[in-house]
Amino acid sequence: MNLRRDVFQAIADPTRRTILLLVASQAMTAGAIASNFDTARPTVSKHLQILTECELLEQKQNGREIYYYINAKKMKEVADFIEPFRKMWDDRFNKLENIMKAYKPKK
Amino acid sequence: MEQKTKINAEEGKQDLVITREFELPLELLFKAYEDPEIVEQWMGTKVLKLENKNHGSWRFETSNEKANMVFQLSGVIHEFSPNQRIIRTFEMDNVPFGVQLEFLEFEKLTDDTSKLTMHIIYRSAAIRDEVLKLPFTYGINMAHNQLEKVLSKLK
Repeated sequence: MNLRRDVFQAIADPTRRTILLLVASQAMTAGAIASNFDTARPTVSKHLQILTECELLEQKQNGREIYYYINAKKMKEVADFIEPFRKMWDDRFNKLENIMKAYKPKK
Repeated sequence: MEQKTKINAEEGKQDLVITREFELPLELLFKAYEDPEIVEQWMGTKVLKLENKNHGSWRFETSNEKANMVFQLSGVIHEFSPNQRIIRTFEMDNVPFGVQLEFLEFEKLTDDTSKLTMHIIYRSAAIRDEVLKLPFTYGINMAHNQLEKVLSKLK
């Protein structure tokens, strides 16, 4: 359960969200990602480390370079976290609707 | 297919909005919130008290037989305007989420359809996110329990 909480902490940070957006369009090296930010390189590295630990990013060696890829499966899981909450209310309201459709006012 | 129930929860905010359109006339939708017997049916809860008036209060009791637990839900009704609006607080006993403020707006769309807008405000953004994640976490636990069941049968 702790790991999951970390995922939400990971995407709560605006810099990390920007990194995810960048990498979503194409796999990138740490250097290429860092060139998009004014912040120091080690700061960006730290963000990349957190995102990788949460499995939102994956690393792949390509020759001498390490490229960062987005983990689509994990991202989808996180995007869907609100869905069970919505489903709970939807079920409840469907029940309400069915009951009231069959409702006959008492005299 | 468009979803009937929608949730709008902006990141970092301490509130959320639930909207739902019903194939019911406004009066019937409101009645589902007003009549204790009907509330019991769709909420799956026992209504101990429901004072439908300004400055009234309410108390429900829900029992989970599987977990052998009883949950008390309660709050005060700040405003009760038939077929228009209910403003109330909501609190569940023995959970660390505290009290939440709810604005329920009932709207007529056509003679046979209506809309409910539920604006819920939590004490903090962190608490809102915990509440949002509850059914999600519950789902994961359920899946885990089912897996355990299957595994125990294999032994």
